[in-house]
Amino acid sequence: MSEPSQTNFVRTQMLPPSPPPLREAGVVRWLRENLFSGWFNTILTLFGLVVIWLLVSSALPWWLNGVWTAGSLGECREIIAKTAGEGASGACWAVVRERWHQFIFGFYPVDLWWRPVLAFCLLFAAMGPVLFAGQKRKLLILLGAVVAMILILVTLAASAVPNEVPGQTDAPFVWKLALALSLLTIGAMMALTAAGSGKLLWFTGLYPALCFWLLWGGPIWVPLGALFGFVLLAVVYSSLLKRAGPGMAAGLGLIVALVWWLFIDAPVTVALNDAIPFGLTSVQSDEFGGFLLAITIGVTAITFSLPVGILLALGRQSDMLIVKTLCVGFIEFIRGVPLITLLFTASLLLQYFLPPGTNFDIILRVIILVTLFAAAYLAEVIRGGLAALPRGQYEAADALGLDYWQAQRFIILPQALKVSIPAIVSTFIGLFKDTTLVAFVGLMDPLKGVTQIVRADIDWKGIYWEPYIFVGAIFFVICFGMSRYSMYLERKLKTDHR
Amino acid sequence: MKTTYLLGAIAAATMVAGAASAQATLEAVKARGELICGSNTGLTGFGAPDANGNWAGFDVDLCRAVAAAVLGDATKVKFVPTTGETRFTALQSGEVDVLIRNSTWTASRDSELALDFVAVNYYDGQGFMVKKDLGVSSAKELDGATVCIQTGTTTELNLADFFKQNNITYQPVTIADDAEGQRQYLAGACDAYTTDASGLAASRATLPDAENHIILPEIISKEPLGPVVRHGDNNWGDIVRWTYYSLLIAEEKGITKANVEEVAASTNDEEVKRLLGLSGEMAVKFGLDNDAFKRAILAGGNYGEIFAANIGEGTSINLARGLNALWTQGGLQYAPPFR
Repeated sequence: MSEPSQTNFVRTQMLPPSPPPLREAGVVRWLRENLFSGWFNTILTLFGLVVIWLLVSSALPWWLNGVWTAGSLGECREIIAKTAGEGASGACWAVVRERWHQFIFGFYPVDLWWRPVLAFCLLFAAMGPVLFAGQKRKLLILLGAVVAMILILVTLAASAVPNEVPGQTDAPFVWKLALALSLLTIGAMMALTAAGSGKLLWFTGLYPALCFWLLWGGPIWVPLGALFGFVLLAVVYSSLLKRAGPGMAAGLGLIVALVWWLFIDAPVTVALNDAIPFGLTSVQSDEFGGFLLAITIGVTAITFSLPVGILLALGRQSDMLIVKTLCVGFIEFIRGVPLITLLFTASLLLQYFLPPGTNFDIILRVIILVTLFAAAYLAEVIRGGLAALPRGQYEAADALGLDYWQAQRFIILPQALKVSIPAIVSTFIGLFKDTTLVAFVGLMDPLKGVTQIVRADIDWKGIYWEPYIFVGAIFFVICFGMSRYSMYLERKLKTDHR
Repeated sequence: MKTTYLLGAIAAATMVAGAASAQATLEAVKARGELICGSNTGLTGFGAPDANGNWAGFDVDLCRAVAAAVLGDATKVKFVPTTGETRFTALQSGEVDVLIRNSTWTASRDSELALDFVAVNYYDGQGFMVKKDLGVSSAKELDGATVCIQTGTTTELNLADFFKQNNITYQPVTIADDAEGQRQYLAGACDAYTTDASGLAASRATLPDAENHIILPEIISKEPLGPVVRHGDNNWGDIVRWTYYSLLIAEEKGITKANVEEVAASTNDEEVKRLLGLSGEMAVKFGLDNDAFKRAILAGGNYGEIFAANIGEGTSINLARGLNALWTQGGLQYAPPFR
């Protein structure tokens, strides 16, 4: 081999890095990889684009031409024809602007709107200690948000009252007093939370009575009387617990409470109200409507169906023949019957079985049957969770010497419920959406009931999508919120390392 | 609807047992101080609450007239919205005192459901609406047409009968309610939309291009709509019936809401005197006080006034009196003599 006769070019420095080829970088690469990675995917992408284009081009003008201020559908059409040209389509949101209050409150008297609004805000304060148990910071933020909500919403509701509205109003100072008391209560809750005390559940316990009183009004002695029944139950239970065991104590407590509710409560309430008449203007059930009705039914049914569902699930697993048979029979019966049938029963057939002249509130009847319906479904969901637990967990509880209720409370249910969270929340979301079915028994649900009366007005007859979109959006917000919370809860309770 | 009949049959069976207590509707209403009137969940012109929750409409005004006659106050009415499925059972079970909710009087509702239709306050009939450019001028030319029709109503059966009798065919497009029907019809899902003629008129009035749609001349069924009460309480049925007739007689005799006092002071007509409680004890025989029917007229005016204010010519719905004109003007509205 000879020496190379001439010196080849030797690079002394590195080439500057050149940018990657266009087709391998940035948006183009992403498009190539994700949308045009083969002939089949390319066709699908193009097809998708055409579909999106068709949808947007047909719907977008309708959204863009939306009219917010008009007195009737005809007026809407005129405005759209004027601004967007003859034959253009456009949404008539004016109907929402004119009638939003019926979608939210039904026929609830305007001057009393502050009451459902306050009850709604306090609902979050009541749920806080349950939803964010042991999460001091989150709870404080939530309570702070509730304070802000109360201040803003209640003031808005109060300012919605036209001054010339005649008729029975609560004394004007009442709502200020209620506002101050609510803020004080939440302030106290915040202080307790900040001080690290976990004893906020008392407010959650009081809330149902408070909510009932705010929504329906009437003498304050009615909810207090109902609460006193629970106090009796608790007293009997705790005093008998040591001697008679939890089942017996709870049973006896229930009997005492029932005796109070059925026989003693009413006369005492009447007497107290005669002695010290104090209350809010009462509101009839037929004035409820829209989301006020849906949320009232939904929240009440959700709250009460969970404990009932747990008891039914445990009952179904029980070794005691009668308990088991009753629970299985109840669950299978309720699950075998459509909700509509139960609603018809609530609204029509129950009346036959009651003594003539009794006036058993229709909303209450519907709430009871919706609760039972949801409880039967929850019971099966929770039974799934119970079945998912390995046998060893039950045996471990026995080995520790825990009795049945202790074992359930400390070992079985926490795990079973955790497993069931997604399904439980699904049931709740379904239940909340099912509240719209009450339209079939003549209650003013937001989706069909209120929409129908709005359409019955000759001004708005012929309107179709706008009310549905409005109501659907609100339903979505609420259901999406529930769904996100359930995901948060799953992450928080996640203890495995998968 | 099937459910209606089933529930109704259960209701009827129970009612036999409860017939004794049913005598007392008048007493119950008086004791309650409030009339509970079964109304529609919302039907344009006939009964619906407005933006402030005040009920208004042709049927609603009759409820108010009954309340005025019985209780002396036209505002003492609680309106209970009932759906097509729940209306009769609501009446049977005593949830409502009277049902004034555009319900068609049929034989089976009278017999099987144990109801009493006490009068006919609106003679309706089923009609068709088509687009003008379809080039059809009679329902008999609708051979092969697609027709939007509400399921579970008498209109569905009438439609089948009509097409069969005329030996022509049609494609039904079933819809759930009026709003959907109007929507489907406008979207072109069906050539013709059929429902009660009064409903068609209301729908047509709100179409963006009403002049391009026509209501065909054929009325293919009889739909006598009227107030309903329970079987077994004849006195209460009489009260509702004669409250309604008092409004008809008032129109016949020219008594209006505005001039009723004037007429009462000046009239020489013996029937008017009896109606207004100036002579005889007519209303007392119903268990009411003698001013009862005068108050009923004062509540919303006579039949003609109620018609004109809610659905008549000049309103957006713009219905002609047609069959609902007084018998003296070629219609069917005829009240027996008040004596």
